[in-house]
Amino acid sequence: MRRLPFSPWHLLLMPLALLFALPLVQMVLTAFMPDGDINRFPPRFIPTRLQLDGFIGLFTQSQALRWLANTVVVAAIAVLAQLVLCSMAGYGFARLKFFGRTAGFLMILATIMIPTQLLMIPTYVMFSRLGLIDTLAAAFVPWLASAFGIFLMRQFFLSLPAELEDAARIDGCSTFGVFWRVVLPLARPALATLTVFTLLGSWNDLIWPLVAISDESLYTIQLGLANFQGTRHTQWSLLMAGNVVATLPLIIAFVLAQRQFVATMTFSGLKG
Amino acid sequence: MSVLFAGRRQAAPAHAAVPSGRLRWLRRSLVGWGFAGPATALVVGLSIFPAVWAFLISLQKWNGIAPAKPIGWLNYQLMAEDPDLLAAVRHTLVFTVLFVPASIFLGMLVAVALNRPIKLVGFYRTCIFIPFVASAAATGILASFVFNPQYGAANSVLRTLGLPQQQFLESQWQALPVICLIALWGQVGFTVVVYLAALQDIPKDVVEAARMDGANRWQVFRHVTLPALGPVTVFTSIWQTITALQLFDLVFTTTRGGPLGATQTIVYYVYTQAFKLTKFGYGSAVAYGLFAATMLITVGMIIYSRRSRIEAF
Repeated sequence: MRRLPFSPWHLLLMPLALLFALPLVQMVLTAFMPDGDINRFPPRFIPTRLQLDGFIGLFTQSQALRWLANTVVVAAIAVLAQLVLCSMAGYGFARLKFFGRTAGFLMILATIMIPTQLLMIPTYVMFSRLGLIDTLAAAFVPWLASAFGIFLMRQFFLSLPAELEDAARIDGCSTFGVFWRVVLPLARPALATLTVFTLLGSWNDLIWPLVAISDESLYTIQLGLANFQGTRHTQWSLLMAGNVVATLPLIIAFVLAQRQFVATMTFSGLKG
Repeated sequence: MSVLFAGRRQAAPAHAAVPSGRLRWLRRSLVGWGFAGPATALVVGLSIFPAVWAFLISLQKWNGIAPAKPIGWLNYQLMAEDPDLLAAVRHTLVFTVLFVPASIFLGMLVAVALNRPIKLVGFYRTCIFIPFVASAAATGILASFVFNPQYGAANSVLRTLGLPQQQFLESQWQALPVICLIALWGQVGFTVVVYLAALQDIPKDVVEAARMDGANRWQVFRHVTLPALGPVTVFTSIWQTITALQLFDLVFTTTRGGPLGATQTIVYYVYTQAFKLTKFGYGSAVAYGLFAATMLITVGMIIYSRRSRIEAF
């Protein structure tokens, strides 16, 4: 076989990779750019000097810091709740035998097909009767558990050999003890996948906070940015600073845990 | 199995106090639901219950405050004569037809390229995946900047190439295709990952055997790789179709349905009807219409793939 010193695939991949990465690079550069560089003609890609005016403006002219804190709270509660509730339910459906197990699991599988748009109106009515509209709880309650999470954890527990649990039971462990001390430590890969799935969904959600929250001090960062854009549509350094603040945590998480992100995408793609 | 039985026998004395099988069954069910109950209650309470309620609302005229008025199937009849809804359906379908094949084709192409043992693969992969983690809000705002007719990078590139300047998101005709490009930028990472995983599952010896039999690279791709990717393609097509039919976030953060309603999608229409005009009944009917259409399309795609003998489900 003839071996080229340079694979022709680079001719496809290099421009594509740049096309995907450059807008994000420009986002970061613009956030640090003086307005003069952005509004001149033709526009500059590389700033003449770097400055923090975009970030200072963002944090003084909007409640972005508050929005970010709200989002951290919503995402943290969502991730913690899903880790506990979905792994427990997944274990129950995979290993325990009880009345209504099959019916319960089938019901959960059926909900996977229901689109969220269908649920928005009745959920809004339900939440407003419960007094949840315009509270942070409105943003995180829909994320406390998910059919995807239960399904993911159940599939994982089914793949574990049962002998370990039986051994622990002989040693006198209760069902919860077996789950907590023996099974859960083995479930780290699945728990990582579930964390990524919940983090992505709850951090990036826009339509539901848009519907359920109108008090500006309770906005999530996504909602805050989307509304901020409507009023400050020419202050690009401010908007790009907001984008950096809203995106950077997930990009850092992605770079640190690329394998878990890929596993999440693959699981929802091949088995979901 | 022997371990399992041994376990049962060992554990038996502890349960000796339990008098009958029925009581033991009750105890087990309580433990089982103790594990599965909270998550199940949340999922059912936040999806099956509201889904049924949404159907009841769709048979009413209701603004959420005044008493609901039962009107039977009238909301569904109104849908057929609503020109704005028909326009929204048309925009959504145009977007779907542009987006789904492009995301499948690009995803497959990039995955095949990334599956080669070449340098910089890690760098390319990271670049192509990262937009997937950016939110629709951030993506939309970034895109409004890149495609801004005055200071945007897109027009700068066109100017450098000596091509005419475009209005992009501010043009009635270009806005929807541009939103499609933006959606591809954010979503191709997903199809690439799924295809990469599927490619890595193809046994190497099958490919080698085909090469030994004298097949060239294209023939290997056409007769070995492509059929092996069939099930994943069915899945990604369905997944991306559902995503496309539910387009909302990107429209909200780029054009808000404009210019002149040219990018109004079905979900955007549901949002304005229900939460701007407080037509809860009509909004629910449109949402149910979309759900039914999505189910029909999904089932149709599954049947088609079965006919084509692709084992996907």
